[in-house]
Amino acid sequence: MAHPLVPVPTPETQPYWDGVAAGELRLPRCRACATAYFPPTPVCPHCTSRDIEWFTASGDATLYSYVIHQRPSKLWNVDGPMSVALVALAEGPMVLSTVVGCEQTPEALVLDMPLRASFIPFESVSVLAFEPAPDRAGVAR
Amino acid sequence: MMRPGDIAIVGAAESPEIGTVPNVSSTGLALDGAVNALEDAGLTAKDIDGITTGYFPVADISRQLGIFPKWCDNTVVGGCSWMFQLRNAAAAISAGYCSTVLITYGESGRSTRHLTNTGDFGAKGGLGQQFDLLYGAGRPAAMFCLPVVRYMRDFGLTEEQLASVPVAQRKWAARNPRASRREPLTVDDVLASPMIAWPMRRDMCCLVSDAGGAIVVTSADRAKDFPKPPVYLLGSGGGLEAGLASPAGGRDPLWPEFIRTSGRAAFEAAGITHADVDHLMIYDAFAHNPIFGLEGLGFVGRGEAGAFIAEGNTEPGGSLPMNTSGGGMSYAHTGAYGMLCMLESIRQVRGEAAAQVDGVDIAVAHGWGGFWSACSTLVFGKDRP
Ligand SMILES: [Zn+2]
Repeated sequence: MAHPLVPVPTPETQPYWDGVAAGELRLPRCRACATAYFPPTPVCPHCTSRDIEWFTASGDATLYSYVIHQRPSKLWNVDGPMSVALVALAEGPMVLSTVVGCEQTPEALVLDMPLRASFIPFESVSVLAFEPAPDRAGVAR
Repeated sequence: MMRPGDIAIVGAAESPEIGTVPNVSSTGLALDGAVNALEDAGLTAKDIDGITTGYFPVADISRQLGIFPKWCDNTVVGGCSWMFQLRNAAAAISAGYCSTVLITYGESGRSTRHLTNTGDFGAKGGLGQQFDLLYGAGRPAAMFCLPVVRYMRDFGLTEEQLASVPVAQRKWAARNPRASRREPLTVDDVLASPMIAWPMRRDMCCLVSDAGGAIVVTSADRAKDFPKPPVYLLGSGGGLEAGLASPAGGRDPLWPEFIRTSGRAAFEAAGITHADVDHLMIYDAFAHNPIFGLEGLGFVGRGEAGAFIAEGNTEPGGSLPMNTSGGGMSYAHTGAYGMLCMLESIRQVRGEAAAQVDGVDIAVAHGWGGFWSACSTLVFGKDRP
């Protein structure tokens, strides 16, 4: 049996996880109010419409806030501290994730730094992570 | 319509021992708290016609106490669930659904948590399980503290000010024999303690304890018939925000609306202003919680709470005594601290606290649940308006 921390999709969230497996960040967007939102649910949290479509997000994001956890779960297979981050997607929603591909230090993890989505293994599945996108530095949030 | 002081707390107690209590399960601690609270009220199980609990089925607890209630509540919104349950009990008594409610809580957070508690991980397929818990691995320091770094940048909160929160509370704990940590603590000590989740160090995080507690609530018209002086419920408020384990579901992680919603409702119901408050409890799972609470409840302006605490205003002798048991960081923190939080308010209004503040006529308790998912504000008074 999978570890209880390994995400288990529901019919409503399956398109998101299919996207992750394909290396894409797919989000729901409400056709009634044109708002993209997260997490994926069958009802728009902004206007309660059920008229929802899925689209592939840019993956562009910025670092909103974070902690650097000193003892992350063994399931991550990382040696040493690991960031746990609130990430603001370019399309609007905020997601909980981790920033990889840089030192896990306050000096390297600069608030509002540009990020891009990437996907990393978590036990038996892939999950959403972010890495620095210095080529987008200077782009306004 | 319920008026301020229509409902009174007539029994209140903790389990005989708290802190490290091996060989007692969570339900065992809840039963110990319940029996002590009944004794405190001079009542027996036969006098109780309403009951609440959380983290285990309410029928399990009522059956073990020999209580067959006509009203019950099993609200679970995280650590402040028992504060919500008090509010619900007040409404139920006012509506005539029952007359005397026992609110019970027990949690073996330290010793035997695996035995009778519900699971630590969200239900499979739940949104928290799919999108939140894997990153923090269910560890509160990696979830609850997410907004702190941005708050520090935006408002200039320093690590020293953050460290001053447990330091101020330790001064209260030093006066409380039941507090788990009573030895003197300095800002330098806190900043030298091990890093848990940057910027949060061990001494900025709550203890992991075992405890039980309970209160007995009834109509204020009967409140003078009990052995202890009644503590009146003057007002209450509550709110939900993120709805997920993480702040990602909230509207503004640095300025959560639900704190203001809850606080306003409680203060307006009680007909009080901030200047009327003699004593304050703000649920401190982590050092930033009292900072967010002081600002969200309106005791200080935005960005001012760190300096307010560092300058000594919440310490013994300060203008706003806060977390006088020692709080979750020095007294005890089981996992769900809401019951212990409001029990200290009740002891202070009764005048029987270990670190008693002089002249507590009005006390406010504010709790959190599910990280930033839920909060509750309660106003207690010594006199019925
Ligand atoms: Zn919509």
